Amino acid sequence: MMRNLRTAVLYTIVTTILFGVAYPYAVTGVAQSLFRDRANGQLITRNGTLVGSRLLGQPFSAPGYFHSRPSAAGNGYDAANSGGSNYAPTNKKLLDRIRADVATNQQDHPGADVPVDLVTTSASGLDPDITPAAAEFQVDRIARTRHLAPDVVRQLVARHTAGRQLGFLGEPRVNVLELNLDLDQQAPLHP
Amino acid sequence: MTANGWFQILAFFSVVTLLAKPLGVYMARVFEREYTFADRVFRPLERLIYRVSGIDETHEMRWTEYSIAMLLFSLVTLLATYAVQRLQAHLPLNPQHLPGVAPDLAISTAASFTTNTNWQSYVPETTMSYLTQMLQLAYHNFFSAAVGIALAIAFVRGIARRESKTIGNFWVDTTRASLWVLLPGCLIFAIVLVSQGVIQNFRTYDQATLVQPLSVTTTGTDGKATTQTVTTQMIAQGPVASQEAIKMLGTNGGGFFNANSAHPFENPTPLTNFLQMVSIFLIPGALTVTLGRMVRSPGHGWAVFAAMGILFFAGVAVAYYAETQPNPLYHSVDQHVTATQAGGNMEGKEVRFGIANSALFATITTDASCGAVNSMHDSFMPLGGLVPLINIMLGEVIFGGVGAGLYGMLIFVVVAVFIAGLMVGRTPEYLGKKIESFDVKMAMLYVLIFPLCILGLSALALMMPNLGLSALGNSGPHGLSEILYAYTSATGNNGSAFAGLSANTHWYNLSLGTAMLIGRFFMIVPMLAAAGNLAEKKLVPPSLGTFPVHTPLFTVLLVGVILIVGALTFFPALSLGPILEHLLMQAGKAF
Repeated sequence: MMRNLRTAVLYTIVTTILFGVAYPYAVTGVAQSLFRDRANGQLITRNGTLVGSRLLGQPFSAPGYFHSRPSAAGNGYDAANSGGSNYAPTNKKLLDRIRADVATNQQDHPGADVPVDLVTTSASGLDPDITPAAAEFQVDRIARTRHLAPDVVRQLVARHTAGRQLGFLGEPRVNVLELNLDLDQQAPLHP
Repeated sequence: MTANGWFQILAFFSVVTLLAKPLGVYMARVFEREYTFADRVFRPLERLIYRVSGIDETHEMRWTEYSIAMLLFSLVTLLATYAVQRLQAHLPLNPQHLPGVAPDLAISTAASFTTNTNWQSYVPETTMSYLTQMLQLAYHNFFSAAVGIALAIAFVRGIARRESKTIGNFWVDTTRASLWVLLPGCLIFAIVLVSQGVIQNFRTYDQATLVQPLSVTTTGTDGKATTQTVTTQMIAQGPVASQEAIKMLGTNGGGFFNANSAHPFENPTPLTNFLQMVSIFLIPGALTVTLGRMVRSPGHGWAVFAAMGILFFAGVAVAYYAETQPNPLYHSVDQHVTATQAGGNMEGKEVRFGIANSALFATITTDASCGAVNSMHDSFMPLGGLVPLINIMLGEVIFGGVGAGLYGMLIFVVVAVFIAGLMVGRTPEYLGKKIESFDVKMAMLYVLIFPLCILGLSALALMMPNLGLSALGNSGPHGLSEILYAYTSATGNNGSAFAGLSANTHWYNLSLGTAMLIGRFFMIVPMLAAAGNLAEKKLVPPSLGTFPVHTPLFTVLLVGVILIVGALTFFPALSLGPILEHLLMQAGKAF
């Protein structure tokens, strides 16, 4: 008993150094030398200012931007407080929120059904993507606000659409932040 | 459901099946202490660990000493984790200057990670410093997994050995599991994850300027609405990939971030998602091959693998179907599955994963005792959420946690063999060992402690409006599901949640912490007692009346026993929770 207790304490110390310190530092060393940008979160700067990460969504609600999905992370897209709504499918608060978001979205297409991802929160609250259907739903509004032909906007959307990885994994998706940054560059709102 | 969705599910299972044999054979060699190609690297490290800690690697332990060593090691590491959490404000690698963790949260978190549960009642990015995460939480991810593998190997030795008083050496088994199996796997996996975009750094959180400022209206306690403008986004950073790798490979599941594997920094692409899912089943699947090899009946290992596979496919089919169904309470929302959207129930799911990968991940993480999530189970459709709940209630034996899944399954094997023996009126035998009264008692103790803890504590929480019910995030039958899920997850050492339950209260921290400790240690000790007893038995030569344990008939019997035990125990509670919610939702009722 005492012998095993002494072993337990010493074993904990030596393995903590190995697995709790040496291992994460070794991984960090390799990661930072081989994949520096990716290991640091693929941060995007514009005119010298940090404007976000290509992996993390941001809240967009102005008519000239493609809108992201609703978010339950903090006040919305809080990247230091990730999480989902955790509403049950039968929760009245969820149904009220969806009704309100449907009404807002239908201003673009009165009477049309709204793509489901545009009115539901993601699991992380930081989803960087919307579906191609949700992007298409917003094309006319963007074209109108930015004085562009809808097909020009569609081409921009296509440029930021990723297909299934390796041809079969995951779902097709549009990166909203990168698309909006590109929009600002192609057709600035305040020239 | 789409063809592509099923193709992804089949691709996943094929990869797990193909890797089972090479890895299983390798693990058998590691624990039988035969030569492997990795010896050159790890043998010196192993010797160093033994020399420093005073371990005699030739010493063999009886089941009692094995249990005591395991309990002492768990206690020491639990206390260390408690101490570091409390003191983190005074320790290095805390760039956000996070304060020490509150006592009740610290003890429940220490219990949670020591028991391979990784239930988290807190938001990690605002609670735990980098040091606490890597030195304690990631450390437990390694060692709760290594201990699980060691225990499974000890049980397998109990079956394989004859007239032996000992079942191995706890320290040696744990060391070999961590050095030969987990460490090399994690080093490779972590680097692959970084190459796909999982972060790995020690930066202070970055502050980005939002492209479009956000105006937020909040209503204060006095009922007055105030509007603020948010212009920045604080981006949490950290050494994520190194922890992510062992979180999945060790079926731990405790996220570096609150959103766990839904967070784009933990799981950025469909490929990382696929690899994470494979890594959950990788070791538990391979351990069935290790079992077959060590007891010299490879067919038995595959028969157990087949039983696990059948239960896995049953679960994923139901979850996937349920999640593609439209929510009848939504109006003017396009929930169809088309080429340009995944459709279905997207609340609490990420676009890059869609429905198929979310339902698949939820099934896998609860078949195993992993508990990582890439979608929010609380927002699943009632029948979609029923699947993870039942998976844990069946004892997490469908591949299961690393090691824990195998020894849990072997307990069910003992019960199945016993029932088969009763049916033909002979003393049951399992691989040449007579199954007698003591073995069945220990197996039944293992089987019964589990529902007793879950249902007992759930009932207690339900009877206390101020302690149990006030934490609910959803009302109606779903509220019952939330509480039931919490105690099931804690007792099953899973760690996933119906996370609408605000569990960071004194009552939930303490009761869930207790459930985790009962669910791990009160079940391990009878299991080891059975192992010790089996090891001492003589070998009985097989006769005409022996029930063979490598046939499809055995697989079917095993599946039947698992389903009957699980269904009879939990069906009444489930009918009042998810099943009732499903019926009411179809009738158009909301809560």
